[in-house]
Amino acid sequence: MAPETTLASSGLSVCHHPMLPRPFRVVRHRRELRDTFTLILEPQDGPPEFPFLPGQFNMLYHPGAGEVPISISGDPGRPRHLVHTIRAVGNVTRLLQRYQAGDVLGVRGPFGAPWPVAEAVDRDVLIVVGGLGLAPLRPVIYHVLRHRQDYGNVEIIYGARSPRDLLFRRELEQWRGRFDLRVHVTVDSAGPEWRGGVGVVTNLIGRARFDPPQTTALVCGPGVMMRFSVQELRRLGVQPRDIYVSMERNMQCGIGLCGHCQLGPFFVCKDGPVFSFDRISPWFELREV
Amino acid sequence: MSNLHMGDEVVLTAADLATLYDILMQQGFQAVGPTIQDGGLVLDVLGGPADLPQGWTSEAEAGSFRLAPRTDAAFFGYNLGMESWKKFFYPPRLALLQVQSRDDGGLHFQACSQEALPLALIGVRACELAALAVQDRIFLEGPYQDPVYAERRRAHFIIAVNCTEADAACFCASLGTGPGVTAGFDLALTEIINDREHLFLVTVGSSQGAAVMANLPHRPAWEELRQQARDLVRQAARSQSRALSTADLPRLLYDNYSHPQWDDVGARCLNCGNCALVCPTCFCHRLEDAIDLEGREAERWRLWDVCHTLQFSYIHGGCIRVSPKSRYRQWLTHKLAAWIDQFGTLGCVGCGRCLVWCPVAIDLTAEIPAIRGQQVKM
Ligand SMILES: Cc1cc2nc3c(=O)[nH]c(=O)nc-3n(C[C@H](O)[C@H](O)[C@H](O)COP(=O)(O)OP(=O)(O)OC[C@H]3O[C@@H](n4cnc5c(N)ncnc54)[C@H](O)[C@@H]3O)c2cc1C
Ligand code: SF4
Ligand code: SF4
Ligand code: FES
Repeated sequence: MAPETTLASSGLSVCHHPMLPRPFRVVRHRRELRDTFTLILEPQDGPPEFPFLPGQFNMLYHPGAGEVPISISGDPGRPRHLVHTIRAVGNVTRLLQRYQAGDVLGVRGPFGAPWPVAEAVDRDVLIVVGGLGLAPLRPVIYHVLRHRQDYGNVEIIYGARSPRDLLFRRELEQWRGRFDLRVHVTVDSAGPEWRGGVGVVTNLIGRARFDPPQTTALVCGPGVMMRFSVQELRRLGVQPRDIYVSMERNMQCGIGLCGHCQLGPFFVCKDGPVFSFDRISPWFELREV
Repeated sequence: MSNLHMGDEVVLTAADLATLYDILMQQGFQAVGPTIQDGGLVLDVLGGPADLPQGWTSEAEAGSFRLAPRTDAAFFGYNLGMESWKKFFYPPRLALLQVQSRDDGGLHFQACSQEALPLALIGVRACELAALAVQDRIFLEGPYQDPVYAERRRAHFIIAVNCTEADAACFCASLGTGPGVTAGFDLALTEIINDREHLFLVTVGSSQGAAVMANLPHRPAWEELRQQARDLVRQAARSQSRALSTADLPRLLYDNYSHPQWDDVGARCLNCGNCALVCPTCFCHRLEDAIDLEGREAERWRLWDVCHTLQFSYIHGGCIRVSPKSRYRQWLTHKLAAWIDQFGTLGCVGCGRCLVWCPVAIDLTAEIPAIRGQQVKM
């Protein structure tokens, strides 16, 4: 080895640095709910395409504050616009809430293992989501509707706290109007004007039309909701390997190097966030792992 | 004499160490190695072999460390200090990138330049070579590489040292990672001090090492000296009283998340994180931003992190690992179980640093048998 080639002269290849974000410009900020908004983004420079798989996430960066993992909520068949739906809960997400058209933020990704849209071909698809969990599954819904003939029955079961907390309401109405898709919506509590169901999502699973051994179930939402949904799905005969859940951990890097997202033997950022239940089950019910 | 090859063994006198140092300097390397600072053993830039802790030995036990004078003038007559070599390839604090605001409202992200001279690492022990090989798997062999680590690991010179004595904290022999070096070096030294002579038996480990040795006055090794070197290393292995049996790992840990021993150790552990900071394989880090006063420029820094803090597992709505025991359990289960699934190797090389620098002397070679339900020996 020739030691004369010092590191200074070799120069790090910038495009290969996995921690270097790309600047993206906000095309539109859309208010979804009191605390939830959608940012539609395009690259500040370079080609507009941002190919991704349903379920993948990006690290969104507000310079000076930090990065947060956020799932892509847009249509994988239309990769020219990058779409993220975000709930403002803390430091970085509140700063992101202020972004308006023209503002620029940093994006790294896409990262993570996708929802099993390929494995679910020719099977019934059951989407069970709670709260903001609808956002990371919307790309799956777009994909399945675009390739509708590839799938059996498609059922969406969606639960929110109240009618005011229903995300993507206009789209829900559109999907509900289709004959090749059934949408079941429930809320925890509602006033007298609400004509839909009241109760927890798990109650609706039994009402959906699916053939359990031939069903792939995709579950995303708060921890308790996922636990009870998985229990109910298994009780109805859906196989553990056909139930998929999305896990959450602190994420600093998104690329399997910082160690923060560990869950048993897994790095949630690269082995997940989507896991089949048979793979994750030894750790799914454990606390503090 | 200049046709040396990998695996060849030759002999240097102690005085030739200075010549070896000079040759490495001429070739543009910066020498780093063990040296004494403020009464402790650190790894830092060496101005010459005189900066090595010659004539000192280390006495490392669970919860304690001290340096003591030797009766001979050995250059490498101690084992490990608190620091490991990982800091040179995976720095504790690193400026990763800079952000500049453009006049048009856009942003510009730039990777920080990482200028550094190629290093000559002097005095790397077997367990530490094993630790570097573990970190290679993490930073170089996954789907994403750390470009800073890759760059620093690309050009360097490693002078390894076979341990001829072991500290009380060492248990490399039980893991097969030491005390003799087997691979991953340019030159390996065994220091031999007889009544009349102070010698180094040198094993050539690479063509780079062979080229450097060709410029040094050396003698071919003789069988008696070779035998003596082998005996010293074997003796260092036999003298180790600690051991870690790995046969039932990782199952033992995965099956015992609720073992009462975690309550026991959890009550003792201070969650200070020393064990992770001193461990030569631990790789966790966090990212932090720094901004200038006008808010036009930001820098993103990478800092070593430890899984023993609450913040480590923070997500909005609450931390995952709230109890102290769950955090120690995460550390040990990662090192001895998850690591195998993740990187195909144990996260421990048996250096003993975690027990030496633990303020309450928690010793993984005692915790594992306790979980296994065995009596703790010693
Ligand atoms: C794979 C994945 C996908 C996600 N997708 C979405 C999404 O589509 N929409 C959405 O609104 N939220 C999503 N989240 C949650 C989102 O990342 C957190 O709400 C966000 O990080 C909170 O950051 P904060 O700075 O606003 O909050 P603070 O409470 O101020 O948190 C401080 C820091 O802790 C870390 N952190 C806090 N909460 C989380 C968390 N839940 N997960 C990971 N790191 C966290 C972040 O580094 C954050 O900057 C996702 C999380 C994961 C792991
Ligand atoms: S776990 Fe302890 S003994 Fe093992 S390599 Fe790390 S510091 Fe050394
Ligand atoms: S085991 Fe010891 S060194 Fe490690 S965190 Fe606990 S008290 Fe600190
Ligand atoms: S987020 Fe860093 S390892 Fe997964």
